[in-house]
Amino acid sequence: MVDNPQVVDEAQIISAIVRGETHLFHDLIRPHERSVYVMVLSLLQNEADAEDAAQEAFLKAFRNLSKFRAESKFGTWLISIALNEARSKLRQKKAMKIESLDAGSEEDGHVSPAILRDWREVPSEALERKEVRQMIQLAVADLPGIYREIFLLRDVEELSVNESAEALGISVASVKVRLHRARMMLQKTLAPQLKQVNPKRRWFPWL
Amino acid sequence: MVIDCKHVWEHISGYLDNNLEASERNEVQKHLEHCEICSAILDSTRNILILTADERVFELPLGFSERLHARLDEEMQRIA
Repeated sequence: MVDNPQVVDEAQIISAIVRGETHLFHDLIRPHERSVYVMVLSLLQNEADAEDAAQEAFLKAFRNLSKFRAESKFGTWLISIALNEARSKLRQKKAMKIESLDAGSEEDGHVSPAILRDWREVPSEALERKEVRQMIQLAVADLPGIYREIFLLRDVEELSVNESAEALGISVASVKVRLHRARMMLQKTLAPQLKQVNPKRRWFPWL
Repeated sequence: MVIDCKHVWEHISGYLDNNLEASERNEVQKHLEHCEICSAILDSTRNILILTADERVFELPLGFSERLHARLDEEMQRIA
């Protein structure tokens, strides 16, 4: 990883912060704000709690920065701190649903997709519509916890399979199985909904 | 060997991530060429992944960044 410029820069900034240039911490975390927030929100399912947990996670990372070891990426380390923070918040609130951690053991059968005969591309412009964004947010929020976590890490935050495994403390094989199920569950929910949305209004009003 | 639709569904995620073994990938590819249902499932899944990855879907709340950095400043001053 030494030849990766991003990692080298990160390592240099981190050692400068540890030596006392604390203001650099602001720049260090800027690229990670959204991913930390999205991950804690996925567990806590409440914006105020998520913001609180995200702030706590960044503060913890700041206080513990000298313990960071460069074998992992800073972003991955940060996300595991954030997930721990969100989990302990859930426990305090006693709101931890057993369902959200246990639902669907690894051995569970496969998820069947929604059957379609054809697919008409839904362009990204559709996301200008709030109802479409909400449709997607709800479908992701409805995934069982273990699938939601992996889906957000891989497909929204774009961590690699290995980084996701590290952040969640699970094996690479589990990452792949869970990710596949998460994607199929989303296809099953979203494909029929998006297909309905499509013909109602034209994407391009001039057509 | 001819593979059936259910078998293809098990490989959709791996196919999209391009991490199937060459022989598996070929089988899936061959199946997709003549199966409109599996092609539609693959296309819809790929489309859904593109939409969910769009940063407009999961946004930070307004003022999140400002509040976060203000809190960090407090902490930094406290330990300074």
